[in-house]
Amino acid sequence: MTPSSSIAAPGAAPGHEAHHDEHGDHPSYLVDGTTVKSWLLTVDHKRIGIMYMFWVLLFFLVGGIFALMIRLELLTPGPTIMDAMTYNRTFTLHGVVMIFLFMIPAIPAIFGNFMLPLMLGAKDVAFPRLNLLSLYVYLAGAGFALWGMLNGGLDTGWTFYTPYSAHTTTTVAPVLFGAFIIGFSSILTGMNFIVTAHTMRAPGITWFKMPLFVWALYATSCIQVLATPVIGLLLLLVSAENLFNLGMFDVARGGDPVLFQHLFWFYSHPAVYIMVLPAFGVMSEVVSTFSRKNIFGYRAVAYSSVGIAFVGFFAWGHHMFVSGQSTFDAGIFGALSMLVGVFTAIKVFNWVGTVYKGAVEFTTPFAYFCGFLFFTVFGGMTGIAVATVSLDVAWHDTYFVVAHFHFIMVGATIMAFLAALHYWFPKMFGKTYHEGWGLVSAALIILGFNATFIPQFLLGNAGMPRRYYEYPERFQALNVASTAGASLLAFGFVIIALYLTWALIYGKRVDNPWGSKGYEWLTASPPPTHNFVGPQPTYPEEPHFYVDPKKAEVSDAV
Amino acid sequence: MSDLANKLLFLPERASTFADRIDFLHYFVVGTTMVASAGVGLAALFMFFRYRRRVENQTTEYVVPNLKTEFLFVSVPLVFFLAWFAIGFRDFTWFTTPPKDSMDVYVMGKQWMWKFSYPEGPNGVNVLHVPANRPVRLLITSRDVIHSFFVPSFRIKMDALPGRYTQAWFEATKPGTYQVLCTEYCGLSHSKMLAEVVVMAPEDYDTWIKEQRRGRLQDRQDALADNSLVPGTARMAEQGQKLAGTQGCLKCHSVDGSQHIGPTFLGMYDRMEHLQDGQNIRVDEAYITQSMMDPGAHIVAGYQNVMPTYQGKLQGPESAAIVEYIKSLRTANVREGASEGPAYDPIQ
Repeated sequence: MTPSSSIAAPGAAPGHEAHHDEHGDHPSYLVDGTTVKSWLLTVDHKRIGIMYMFWVLLFFLVGGIFALMIRLELLTPGPTIMDAMTYNRTFTLHGVVMIFLFMIPAIPAIFGNFMLPLMLGAKDVAFPRLNLLSLYVYLAGAGFALWGMLNGGLDTGWTFYTPYSAHTTTTVAPVLFGAFIIGFSSILTGMNFIVTAHTMRAPGITWFKMPLFVWALYATSCIQVLATPVIGLLLLLVSAENLFNLGMFDVARGGDPVLFQHLFWFYSHPAVYIMVLPAFGVMSEVVSTFSRKNIFGYRAVAYSSVGIAFVGFFAWGHHMFVSGQSTFDAGIFGALSMLVGVFTAIKVFNWVGTVYKGAVEFTTPFAYFCGFLFFTVFGGMTGIAVATVSLDVAWHDTYFVVAHFHFIMVGATIMAFLAALHYWFPKMFGKTYHEGWGLVSAALIILGFNATFIPQFLLGNAGMPRRYYEYPERFQALNVASTAGASLLAFGFVIIALYLTWALIYGKRVDNPWGSKGYEWLTASPPPTHNFVGPQPTYPEEPHFYVDPKKAEVSDAV
Repeated sequence: MSDLANKLLFLPERASTFADRIDFLHYFVVGTTMVASAGVGLAALFMFFRYRRRVENQTTEYVVPNLKTEFLFVSVPLVFFLAWFAIGFRDFTWFTTPPKDSMDVYVMGKQWMWKFSYPEGPNGVNVLHVPANRPVRLLITSRDVIHSFFVPSFRIKMDALPGRYTQAWFEATKPGTYQVLCTEYCGLSHSKMLAEVVVMAPEDYDTWIKEQRRGRLQDRQDALADNSLVPGTARMAEQGQKLAGTQGCLKCHSVDGSQHIGPTFLGMYDRMEHLQDGQNIRVDEAYITQSMMDPGAHIVAGYQNVMPTYQGKLQGPESAAIVEYIKSLRTANVREGASEGPAYDPIQ
């Protein structure tokens, strides 16, 4: 199957609707076919990205509601709004929904799908039908998981640690099976992106002229393809253990309770980079566009994505320093974890360096870039702190860890997700939003996020363990502060939902409001169905080349 | 200085040699984190202002880093991170290597309580007595799912795994009572799986443990004395078990350690109970009998005054039989003699 033969969108014939006149016979992908079927059965990567966006945002809302329920319950030391069993299910579902249904697909499946072919000058991804399949596999898995949640939910925590998960009477199997199915969606998308990056680059786009978002997606896809089978296998094992009582993790029958943790973190540690590497990629694009500069140290940023993806596979033991693993193992995993920090530091320095001698326009996406820098540095450094073996003895499984991963994994990813949403909103819909509201909500979200999780770092220092329904009274003040911050955060999201919906309908029409020289902006906004009209664009310059053509020779290195 | 830092960081008081050892690294790492985040943030802010956009579609210079800059980007964080790793790993090795002369205590986690036993007795639930300034090695295991033994003031934590022993050690530095929390999610009452470490001055501890062991001996002699007078505790306990069923005791009191409407019978005898009015009481024959006849007299903290009186419903020998039954329900890991040691070889 050649890619070009498969990208004709089914549905209405193009070009017969009056308001397409600006593109003549090449209507934008949004209106090229307006039937429901033309959306549901589309093989157009852009439409698939938009459909992903709908579902992913819906699950983000569900996960967010669970988060607010948790924060409300923790307002008082005793029972507040729910009983212990409901609370245990709530934090489990918060984790499962946010990680498997929101964070993992968020940036790759929405923005990766939409932008990857545009950034490579391709008409679509390498396997468009597989791309559509991955969406439906994702929805099938989500359906299974939701069914399990509605039928009682499970109370194991999103980590599903055995032997507890093998014994609990709650509905473990359907949710795990749902996550197992979603894994296939992840693998399909990953494979598709890898093949696309290898085979679909337009003439002129060499490996080291690929936009850094593509590099990040490439590294992410490698992790998805290599690590997801392990969690798939493991989730099946636990489901089987739970349903048929096999004894795989039962010591009394020769099983091993800690085996689960090794297999689980072998996937779930790299999975952190599945979530955060695309975020790094988005930020490389955003900082270049808004400071009108080529990225400082392009190769360093590109290689460090691959470096993180590689080292990420050998750091899983740092989740298990106090699980009884040997001191020697703890040393190896502790040292390797430091390398992840070094790769991340390289990226941070290069992003800040990009601004040097640039021309900064402080817009909403750039505001999120600032928030992102803070969360990445503070969250990343606290990651180094918990990877320091002796300190982790005290911090392990306390709120310090909760705050740390919400900073680096969630904070950085949410910042990048919102930056991408605002930065590419004109690209996807050809319209723009109200900049003032954008900045207000960005400020609310960044402040709210800090107000939610900085008290949790302190709670962790004070010794409050994770997953506590009730807690000693001395922890109350900080918990109240954290809940107050969460309300601020929720409020920020409501504002975004309102003005973006408004912009979708009434927003001012724009094409490239940022004057960006990223490759994806070379075509119209919104792009036509086949991405480009007329002859194949050429790519004589690297992406984000803002040098005055009159003095285009490269100046001295700094 | 370090007291101020402790307050600012909300760290609990330091009460073990391990805490003394690692808190400095904590300040170092957290301090550097703050300085670095502020540094990157301020540098970024400065540049956002210094290099703000002046004209639309402004062009810029093409700037790339040279080798020296890239080398700095890699080496500065690497030096810091490796230094922390080295200090941290040295302390961790110290933490995983108990001194030879440390005193052993066996710790068993189960849903949702901690049991402690000393090689030569006594055994306790949810309260661990240790001497100050002597190393104590905990040999930790679990009866059901994974738990984790965490004492914030000591900065120590170790998972309790079913079917395996893990070990942790500490040397408490000052007498006092310190909270133990379970830090591995273990089900419904995970957040109620609390215990405490009572650190005593060494001489107080020696007195305490002697009394505990003598008390136990005394009990045994009493029991022997009883046996010579009455038909035999075993048969009495058997009779008590039947009575507990027919009289409805077991509707509210479990015999497997789980909490129900009333306190569990398992391990109740000889336990120190905290009462609602703040006092403590040792559960002995007198207290059990009183609780049957006048249940509201001493309510154990955390329970409601809902038990009906059995005054007139139970004859003297019957209530004695129930007491014997409760006495027979010592926790399974009660050991009268010397410890048999762990089922698995402890970690060397």
